[in-house]
Amino acid sequence: MPEMVNLKINDISVSVEAGSTILDAAKKANIKIPTLCHHEDLCIAGNCRVCVVEQKGVNALKASCATPAEENMEIFTNTNKVREARKTIIGLLLSEHNNDCLHCYKNGNCELQSMAKDYLVDSDKYISILKNYEIDRSSPSIIKDDSKCIRCQRCVRTCAELQDVNALAVSGKGSEMKISTFMEKPMDYVVCTNCGQCVTHCPTGALVEKNYIDEVWDVLNDPSKHVVVQTAPAVRVGLGEAVGLDAGKSYTGKMVTALKMLGFDAVFDTNFSADLTILEEGTELLTRLKDKIENKKDVALPQFTSCSPGWIKYIEHEFPDILDYLSTCKSPQQMLGPLAKTYYAKSMGIDPKDMVVVSIMPCTAKKFEANRPEMYSSGYKDVDYVITTREFGRMIQQAGIDFETLKDSECDSILGKHTGAGVIFGATGGVMEAALRTAYEIITGREVPFSNLEVTPVRGLEGVKEATIKIEGCKAEWKFLENVELKVAVAHGLSNARPLAAQVQNGESPYHFIEIMACPGGCIAGGGQPMPVNNNIRKKRTEAIYNEDESLQLRKSHENPEVKRIYEDFLEKPLGHKSHELLHTTYTKRKKY
Amino acid sequence: MVIDIKEKERKVNSHKKRVNLIFKEHDIDKLIEKVLKTEPEKIIDEIKDSGLRGRGGAGFPTWIKLKGAREAKSDIKYVVCNADEGEPGTFKDREIIEKKAEKILAGMMAVAKAIGAKEGIIYLRAEYNYLIDGLQKKIDVFNKKLEDMKFDFTVFIKSGSGAYVCGEETSLLESLEGKRGEARNKPPYPAQEGYLGKPTVINNVETLVYAALIMLDGAECFKKLGTMSSKGAKVFSVSGDTDIPGIYEIEMGMTLKEFAELFGDSNTKAVQVGGASGFCVPRSKFEETVIGFEGVPTGGSMMLFSDKRSMYNILHNYLEFFVEESCGQCTPCRVGCQQLLKGIESIKAKEKSKKYIDELLELAKNMKITAKCGLGQSVCNPFISIVENFREEIVY
Repeated sequence: MPEMVNLKINDISVSVEAGSTILDAAKKANIKIPTLCHHEDLCIAGNCRVCVVEQKGVNALKASCATPAEENMEIFTNTNKVREARKTIIGLLLSEHNNDCLHCYKNGNCELQSMAKDYLVDSDKYISILKNYEIDRSSPSIIKDDSKCIRCQRCVRTCAELQDVNALAVSGKGSEMKISTFMEKPMDYVVCTNCGQCVTHCPTGALVEKNYIDEVWDVLNDPSKHVVVQTAPAVRVGLGEAVGLDAGKSYTGKMVTALKMLGFDAVFDTNFSADLTILEEGTELLTRLKDKIENKKDVALPQFTSCSPGWIKYIEHEFPDILDYLSTCKSPQQMLGPLAKTYYAKSMGIDPKDMVVVSIMPCTAKKFEANRPEMYSSGYKDVDYVITTREFGRMIQQAGIDFETLKDSECDSILGKHTGAGVIFGATGGVMEAALRTAYEIITGREVPFSNLEVTPVRGLEGVKEATIKIEGCKAEWKFLENVELKVAVAHGLSNARPLAAQVQNGESPYHFIEIMACPGGCIAGGGQPMPVNNNIRKKRTEAIYNEDESLQLRKSHENPEVKRIYEDFLEKPLGHKSHELLHTTYTKRKKY
Repeated sequence: MVIDIKEKERKVNSHKKRVNLIFKEHDIDKLIEKVLKTEPEKIIDEIKDSGLRGRGGAGFPTWIKLKGAREAKSDIKYVVCNADEGEPGTFKDREIIEKKAEKILAGMMAVAKAIGAKEGIIYLRAEYNYLIDGLQKKIDVFNKKLEDMKFDFTVFIKSGSGAYVCGEETSLLESLEGKRGEARNKPPYPAQEGYLGKPTVINNVETLVYAALIMLDGAECFKKLGTMSSKGAKVFSVSGDTDIPGIYEIEMGMTLKEFAELFGDSNTKAVQVGGASGFCVPRSKFEETVIGFEGVPTGGSMMLFSDKRSMYNILHNYLEFFVEESCGQCTPCRVGCQQLLKGIESIKAKEKSKKYIDELLELAKNMKITAKCGLGQSVCNPFISIVENFREEIVY
């Protein structure tokens, strides 16, 4: 039994585990205390001070998020003294804030705004000391506007603790204190991975995605353009929240209907190219294993997954010497793009120059990825515009679509079919699970030895997950793998990726295959997903992803009929000449500064 | 009128409350031997008995820190000497470091023995880097001496990183660890989790020297001086409108009237006790104000202002200082300081009405109860004491 602490909050007795804060105790007593700098994903900062409460017999107020609950404490969360202090603090924050809410991208979804509204504090309680900041629009993914920043440092802690990137840090002191980058360089010129976790953890409009909503409307309204769209696996489980519904439900069918109503000429599914990724990446892994074990060649193993563009930029900056270990496969987004502009364009008789590929992603790094110079393999920009789940939600609202009442529809052929394996790409461990479902079957002819195909060791929110699968009963051509214990690891959140990458760099990695997703929880909680985000929401979205997988007839990538067809009609075989041209890529060594 | 400075100095030096403990010659070897022979609990008891409270300004009872760190379970513990003397108007630690470093080291050793620490760190204000060579030589001799005596304790110097806030103990720890100087949340207190997460006792230079003297001569020599709640003596840095600025060790409990008679003159309008973060006492309150924890506490800075000084300018100067020296992490301090400065400027410029000063007083009071650390909490001290006592000079 953990040691318990008994205290009273607003005269309500509550008992919490030792080490809990006053805020924790208040939550347990169903008392809401406003917070800004506090985020349950992050360490305690105690710097915004809006969560102050009064302790009986103590003059100074306590920051409830940062003060441990103690035996016999008597706490009051709603005295005049507390309310006045909070009003003062909110007023102070507003005095250094750009209060042009109507022009703010986060208008209506801003924690400071909603607090100012609740406490009836207006922006001229104090004299405006707003400075003239230049908005940093250098990044293709993220816009940083210091005039909206309240210095809560949630972004700094996110970048350091969750991502171990440290692109954002505090500079200056006193009135000059602000959130900055290395040597105040623009966001596009620092180690930022564009993961967007800072965006999903920012309480105000200081960090937002660079939105391409108007650009997408423009092409949709241009009759000379054939506009195709693809949606990532995780979008369908986040979209509900973006249009005001509860978390935890997948809306594939309604999503497709909405896309058609918005005017897209063809609605494809990134799940299709996720399945395709498995075939390419799985074959690549088996080839590397064969070269290593049978041909005794010096090949780069373990193989890292390459679906997460935040992870790619991270390894390019932090571990530029081990880029050979990355799968050469493009991410599913970047596989679908060139296939649309070649294979699909040809089948429809459309000139690819008249085609626009829009992708809807749970991710802000995908915006950067689409702009990488390698991503023109179709002869055109493979993916023209990337919008996040949040931007998509806005388009649905702008279009006046009553999302909840939509009927289901299906994606278009010939890049629209998917299996459950493609769907689970959206959750951490999903790529690994999908790969194992296919690779094991290729090697042995039998299904992966887990009940109902659920590779449970790689599921869940633990930071680093491992699994070992002993391969027995191989087919003749894979005999070299007989009795090999295939060791795999899965990490999500870049701070969890670092130790695995460091092992590889030091030549000490015990694994054969490693899946890394930049964002904690995987794409379901990507930087482009609706806010707020926390582990409870991550779990709900993950559950929705696995439910969708379970509900599908086809749950193994190699069974996807359109994937089979594309190999027959166009690509010939995994790792074939056309694949290399369209579906594989190279990486760039980058510096830390 | 010709001022006879010599006569003034003589008057101060012969005052019954003038003492000489800190700068007196002491037998350091005897002191070290005495500490070596004293049991840890006895050291803490002796300090407790003496009534010694922190000399940095906050006045926390020294023995409680020692007891906390002694009881904290850890193989590794640290003693840190706070030599980041940054409060505007204080310069006494510099003098102590220059002249009596051995006593500081002996004080650190006593604390180390009391809590079971093997390492001591002197966090030296960066502006005092010119003292490093001399100090290091003394540390080398001291370290060697302890090594020869088989007492496992070594002292290092860490040059400070510039910010005023690093004088606040948890910010100092952050800075020591190579991080940005920002206050930590308390609890946990440094005695439980300090430098590198280990139990740490942080004391001001002067506190350590008094601790050493208490070890050498016993609690009695200290507690016989001072008042009930302010035992002993204190080193004061006297500056401002005085003919005899300098460093003076004076028994606690002197009234400001006595003080102003000694150091000021009939034109002394106010004394700022405790530096920028301290209290401004007007002449009308000199008589009733005792220098000490029962009256106005001070880390040592005593600034005298004559009637030629504009209290607006003084307040403006302090606020500018805080606007720059707030670490910037917590809202009340970062924005509050700017608002107080901007506020008095706006009232002066008639952009805000006179009534706005009341809004600012409320703000200052709120800063005191909501700011994260001592810096933000104490900005209201000068603000409220200057505005309330010299309202007509701020609002006109």
